[in-house]
Amino acid sequence: MTVVSHHVIAHSAGPGLVGLLTIFVLAAFVGYEVISKVPSILHTPLMSGSNAIHGIILVGAMLVLGEAHGTAQVVLGFSAVVLATLNVVGGFVVTDRMLEMFKARQPGAPPAPADRPAPPAEEHKP
Amino acid sequence: MSRATATDLVYLVAIVGFILALKGLSSPRHARRGNLIGAAGMLLAVAWTFSEPSVYSDTRNLVLIVVAVVIGAAIGVPAARFVKMTAMPQMVACFNGVGGGAAALVSITEFIALPHATIALYKIGEVLFGVVVGSVSFAGSAVAFAKLQEIMTGRPVTYPGQQPVNALIGLSILGLVAAVVATASTPLLAVVLGLSLVLGVVFVLPVGGADTPVLISLLNAFTGLAVAASGFTLNSDLLIVAGTLVGASGTLLTRMMSEAMGRSLPNILFSAFGSVITAGTAEGAEGRSVRSGTPEDIGVLLAYARKVAIVPGYGLAAAQGQYAARELADALAARGVEVYYAIHPVAGRMPGHMNVLLAEANVPYDELEEMDQANTDMPTTDVALVVGANDTVNPAANNTPGSPIYGMPIVHADQAHSIVFLKRSMRPGFAGIDNELLFDPKTIMLFGDAKDSLTKLVSAVKAA
Repeated sequence: MTVVSHHVIAHSAGPGLVGLLTIFVLAAFVGYEVISKVPSILHTPLMSGSNAIHGIILVGAMLVLGEAHGTAQVVLGFSAVVLATLNVVGGFVVTDRMLEMFKARQPGAPPAPADRPAPPAEEHKP
Repeated sequence: MSRATATDLVYLVAIVGFILALKGLSSPRHARRGNLIGAAGMLLAVAWTFSEPSVYSDTRNLVLIVVAVVIGAAIGVPAARFVKMTAMPQMVACFNGVGGGAAALVSITEFIALPHATIALYKIGEVLFGVVVGSVSFAGSAVAFAKLQEIMTGRPVTYPGQQPVNALIGLSILGLVAAVVATASTPLLAVVLGLSLVLGVVFVLPVGGADTPVLISLLNAFTGLAVAASGFTLNSDLLIVAGTLVGASGTLLTRMMSEAMGRSLPNILFSAFGSVITAGTAEGAEGRSVRSGTPEDIGVLLAYARKVAIVPGYGLAAAQGQYAARELADALAARGVEVYYAIHPVAGRMPGHMNVLLAEANVPYDELEEMDQANTDMPTTDVALVVGANDTVNPAANNTPGSPIYGMPIVHADQAHSIVFLKRSMRPGFAGIDNELLFDPKTIMLFGDAKDSLTKLVSAVKAA
C-alpha cells in the first residue's frame, strides 16, 4: 500500500488511488440504495435521467480539449465535447419532458394542455 | 480559499444535485423537481469548469469548446423535444451511445497526452478501461438503436460458433490491453479500440428486439463505469461519483428488469431468445374456436360492470390509442364504474414505458396500478380489458414449464370475471407463443386496430 501511495504522490496532487477507490465504493453503495426505492412506473425516466448524469463526462472532455496540443488531440477532444453535450442536454430535456406529464388526479380541474391536440376530456365525476 | 478547494466544493454541490435527482425519482410527485436539481448541478459544474485555467488559457481551444457545446446543444435540444414518446427506447439508446463515445474519446486523448516514460502502469490501465468499456457501450448502443428504429431486423442475429467467436474477441482485447499497458504503444491502442467496437456490435446482435431495453440499461451502466474510469485518470471526484452512481443504479435497474421478465441476465444476453419458436403451448391451437363480440355487446358489458381493469400493452401505443383509452375510462367513470389501469412492469417497449405513454394522454398516475396491486384487485374485477397486450397476461408463464416465458410474472387478467381482448389478429406477441387465454370460455375477442376499437367502445358505452 505504501508503495502505491508513493507512486501517486509522485505524479499527482490528488487524493491518491486509495482515496479515489474509497469514493468509488461509497458512491456505488449510494447509487444502489437510492435506486432500490424507485417504483416501476418511473423506470423509463430513471433510465433517461441516469443517462443524463453520466453526461458529466462533458467536464472531462472540456478539460481534455482545453489542454489539447496537435491536430489529433484537438479533433478527438472536440468530438468528445460535442458528444458529451448531446448526452447531457438531450438526457435532461427528455427526462423533464416525460416527468412533466406525470400528474396526480385533480378533481374538477381541467386537463392540462398537451403539446399535441388531445381529444376533449369528459367531465370527471369521482 | 484556494481555487482547488473552491472547485472541490462546487463539484460537491453538483454531486449532491445528482443524488437528489435520482432520489426524487422515488415518487412521481417529486421526480420532476429532482431532475431539475440534477440539471442545475450539471450546469453549475460545467459553468465552473470554464473558470479552470487549463480550460481558458489556450484561446483557440476555449473557442473550440464553446463551438462544440453549441453544436451539441443545437442537436440535442430539438432531438429531445420532438422525439415521439413511443420512440423513447431508441432515443435513450442514442444518448447513451454518445456518452460512451465521449468517455472513450476522453480516454484516448488522455492516452496520447500522457507522459508515457514516467506514468504509473495503473494509470494506463484506467485509460484502457475507459477506452474499451466506452467503445463497447457506443457500438452496442448504435446497434440497439438500429434494432429499435427498425433500420435492421429486431430478431436476434445468430451465426455458427457465435459465443466462442465473441469470447475470442473479448479475450484478444484482454491480451492486447496487457500488451498496451506493457508497451504504451499507440498503434496497439488503435487495435484495442477497433476490437472493442466490434465487441460492442457482436455483443448486441444476438439480443432480440423485445429484450433490447434491458441491454440498453446494462450499456447505460457500462457508460457510467467508463466515465468513472475517466474520473480516475483525470483525478476527478466529480466524474468518479457521477459515473459510479450511474454504474451502480444501472446494474440494479438491469437486474430488476430481468426479474420482471422472469429471466436471468445471461439468458437475455446470450440465449438469442425469440429466434427459436418453442412448441411450449402449441398443442392444438388449430381448429379451436374463439368467441368474438360486437363493440355494442362489449360496451354493455363494460357499462354495467362495477369494476373494470384496463390492461394496456404495446399494441395500444403502436395504434396511438392512449387518448381513446382515457376517453373510454372517463366515459365509464361518468357512469360510476370504477376503472384502473393494470400495468405490467415491462408493458410497452421498455420498462415503465406504458406509464409514460399513459401520462402523455393525461391519465393521472394514481389510476395506474403496479402489477402486484392489480393482481390483488383482479379477482374482484368484473371485466379485464386487455388492449394490445399478450405475453404479459399469458397464463403459460405460470402453468407451462416448457414455455419460453415460463416464470415471468404476469398480470392475472385470467382471474377477472370476464376478459375482453382488443387485438388486431390471432397473431402471437413478441415472444412468439400462443396464448391459452384467448381460447378461454370467459374471453371475448374484439378484432381490429386498438384505437378504432376503443373509439367504438366509447360510443357503445355512452349509448348503453
